Amino acid sequence: MEDKKQKVYEILIGILKEFAEEKELDILENPEMSTNLYGSEGNLDSLALVRLAVELEEAISDEFDKDITIVDDRAMSQKRSPFKTVGSLIDYLMLLLEEEE
Amino acid sequence: MVTIVTGTRKGIGRFLAEYYLEKGHIVIGCSRTESDLEHDNYHHFIADVSDEKQVKNLVKTVYKKYGKIDNLINNAGIAMMNHIIFTSVSAVQRVFDTNYLGTFIFIREVSKIMMKKSYGRIVNFSTVAVPIHLDGEAIYASSKAAIVELTKIAAKELGSYGITVNAIGPAPIKTDLIKNVPEDKIERLLNYQAIKRFGEFGDIANTIDFYINEKSDFITGQTIYLGGL
Repeated sequence: MEDKKQKVYEILIGILKEFAEEKELDILENPEMSTNLYGSEGNLDSLALVRLAVELEEAISDEFDKDITIVDDRAMSQKRSPFKTVGSLIDYLMLLLEEEE
Repeated sequence: MVTIVTGTRKGIGRFLAEYYLEKGHIVIGCSRTESDLEHDNYHHFIADVSDEKQVKNLVKTVYKKYGKIDNLINNAGIAMMNHIIFTSVSAVQRVFDTNYLGTFIFIREVSKIMMKKSYGRIVNFSTVAVPIHLDGEAIYASSKAAIVELTKIAAKELGSYGITVNAIGPAPIKTDLIKNVPEDKIERLLNYQAIKRFGEFGDIANTIDFYINEKSDFITGQTIYLGGL
């Protein structure tokens, strides 16, 4: 994994582990790329999804000094949301970071 | 208290900035040009409320400096009075950019900060022209009707994070905003009100005081039209 993607991965996993502790969600303790986040089989509710987006924006701004805005017309849709899995969210974050280059 | 007031160069915004400074708040104001308001606790940003990047920068700077934002008063607005037939597309765009888009961007960015403390008070500006459906105000009143709806839904979406969102619909006040409105139109407008007089700055401050009071944590999604409509 390239450095930047690795860092994004670590940021996301860090936040998810905090969520796991707070919400007693064992599945988020050791998330994998395929772990479901949001959607029909998701482990996060819409409240947690909003908080995740806010915390990711801040952590990414601190780490890369880039202000991304996690908005997407599909964000709240159940099927094609970039928030569906850990993997899809990392891909989406990388895309947002690239757009900021 | 850390309070953001948009559109503080003149009019209601300027009054509110001075009013909350006097009450001991740290006030962050913004407008498209410099402000001559000088106070140890006042910080002015030159920003266009409809410019996403500028608003994000403002909110981030305030958060880094103070670690929180308690109140957001979305006052910035522009008026337009014209018959639909004579209204240009660019004028409509301009009114919606400032009145609606600017309010939306500020709500989105500031509520992210408020969520962290599970506390926040957001006050938006509508107008009495909305329930009156005043002719000549199609675009201005539409942009402010959109604010009423935005307020109601934002209240629902942000309620679980301890953030209240309300709106105020001021009656005509003698500011620059209405200086070009013909006297008979204003007269007609005042006649719709239960109490037929011009609004005062103090009427607005009183309503906002109620909304941003810490005890008003069960008051959300509301619009108060001044003067009785």
